[in-house]
Amino acid sequence: MKVLCIGVGNELRGDDVVGRLVVRLLRYQPLPDTTFIEATGEGAALMEAWAGADAIFLIDAVSAGQPSGTIYRFLAHSQPLPAQFFSYSTHAFSVAEAVEMARVLGQLPAHFVIYGIEGENFTAGASITPSVEKAVHEVIRQISAEIYALHSP
Amino acid sequence: MSTTTIKVDMLARVEGEGGLYVKVRNDTVQEVKLKIFEPPRFFEAFLRGRQYTEAPDITARICGICPVAYQMSSVHAMEDALGIKVEGQLRELRRLLYCGEWIESHVLHVYMLHAPDFLGYADAIQLAKDHPDAVKRGLQMKKIGNEIVTLVGGREIHPINVQVGGFYRVPTKRELLTLKEKLEWAHDAAIETILWVATLPYPDFEQDYEFVALRHPDEYPYNEGHVVSNKGIDIPVQKYEEFFREEHVEHSTALHSVVRGTDNYFVGPLARYNLNFDRLPAHIQKIAQEIGFEPPQRNPFKSIIVRAIETLYAIDEALRIIDQYERPAQPYVEGKPRAGVGCGCTEAPRGILYHRYRIGKDGAILDAKITPPTSQNQKTIEKDVWHFVETALDLPEDQLVWQCEQAVRNYDPCISCSTHYLKLEMDRE
Repeated sequence: MKVLCIGVGNELRGDDVVGRLVVRLLRYQPLPDTTFIEATGEGAALMEAWAGADAIFLIDAVSAGQPSGTIYRFLAHSQPLPAQFFSYSTHAFSVAEAVEMARVLGQLPAHFVIYGIEGENFTAGASITPSVEKAVHEVIRQISAEIYALHSP
Repeated sequence: MSTTTIKVDMLARVEGEGGLYVKVRNDTVQEVKLKIFEPPRFFEAFLRGRQYTEAPDITARICGICPVAYQMSSVHAMEDALGIKVEGQLRELRRLLYCGEWIESHVLHVYMLHAPDFLGYADAIQLAKDHPDAVKRGLQMKKIGNEIVTLVGGREIHPINVQVGGFYRVPTKRELLTLKEKLEWAHDAAIETILWVATLPYPDFEQDYEFVALRHPDEYPYNEGHVVSNKGIDIPVQKYEEFFREEHVEHSTALHSVVRGTDNYFVGPLARYNLNFDRLPAHIQKIAQEIGFEPPQRNPFKSIIVRAIETLYAIDEALRIIDQYERPAQPYVEGKPRAGVGCGCTEAPRGILYHRYRIGKDGAILDAKITPPTSQNQKTIEKDVWHFVETALDLPEDQLVWQCEQAVRNYDPCISCSTHYLKLEMDRE
């Protein structure tokens, strides 16, 4: 089973980096048959990136009014994505639209999990908020466990 | 008294944050404001004191959709200041890079942002449910544009391979040839796109615009040419500010542009097409004739047809450049800073993008002026909505709002660029 982890975000906008950070640290886990990429969140490039993978874990910052560091998990392959969650990009076509477009076109990988981490500060040039950084380790633990479970008979 | 307010709080399927306010009293339009409330970003101010070599990478950050346009206008302006000229294969590579950006930007707009309007879908995802093959074709074409920008520019968004005088690294012929087969597929896909958009239903709406675009002696314009209009302007880029000026209006953080002594004007695909139809290759002119789309075209809703035709042009131009390419020995032309002023104007997907810089003898930028296409079109967008609402007041409210948004999207406005979503407010009594 080919697993792909996609960290989405903008490195220069405070907590928006969190998806990328998760992927950078996940690389150090001894995970079977797993590759990692970082992405800006541009929809067409995302659809291209996940074509051919069996299982996707996509990690992105969200802003949903909960305490910073709150972790959300969506099974995108079985439920529509709440569009307001992943709307930080100014791209007219970004994460939520790419997932829904792929679903309509029959191009959504069979197993597609999205982890959202509530951010607090998206100011240009800001560093990551400590509570958000803390959530990174919890998400890594959860994704690692899920990938092992996918590979166990 | 009957009052209508058309209010779109956040315009969708446009880049950046803006809104539209329309005030109607007793079936007469009294006010239209394209409100741009994305905060200004002060690029012109923070370029001051930076080296002339930094302008292409700094200004590319103005826009994630058309960074190549910013790079091209800034390098041409700096080369004008330095007194150097980039020719031969380096010039061809710049055109190739621009082809990539036009393909990406036009295809995104045609398939994902504008086509849903004409067919009555809320967005491209709804469109894809009924027209999956068309949307797949669009996504595949857009990807080829991205690949050109990645190969020539170093990466697909905010390319890093452009410098004043040329490039940091030039691709090998073999690298460029990897694009050829995909571009040949895209050529056919672009023709299908033209035939598809030609069948869309268009509102009956024409205006007497002043169209402004570049015009080059031999080519359909990308990087070079005079600034010309259908109402008599024909000037070198260096005279731009003598003929055009910017003004501040209260409801927008982006400056409005006007032709000095007259008024608003129109830049972008429809303007380029009307002013440069004879510069398109014969086979593309023939397709345009076959679908009954010869210039002059004055219906802004039909800009989508021009975007499709220009996509075919960009694909065929990319193929031509790749076929004749020989890797130049040096990736750039040397230039030495000297005190002076330089101007550059190139055809961004949305229309002419003007840059002017004054640099000191040490190469530091003393001041900068950047006039993006969307700010030049703002006043024309407002007038279009005004006249369009006048002809459509008997439409049901939701349809009127929808068509107003569609009229704004004719210009593919990039609000991030012009200040640097769209919200519509219809105030009707």
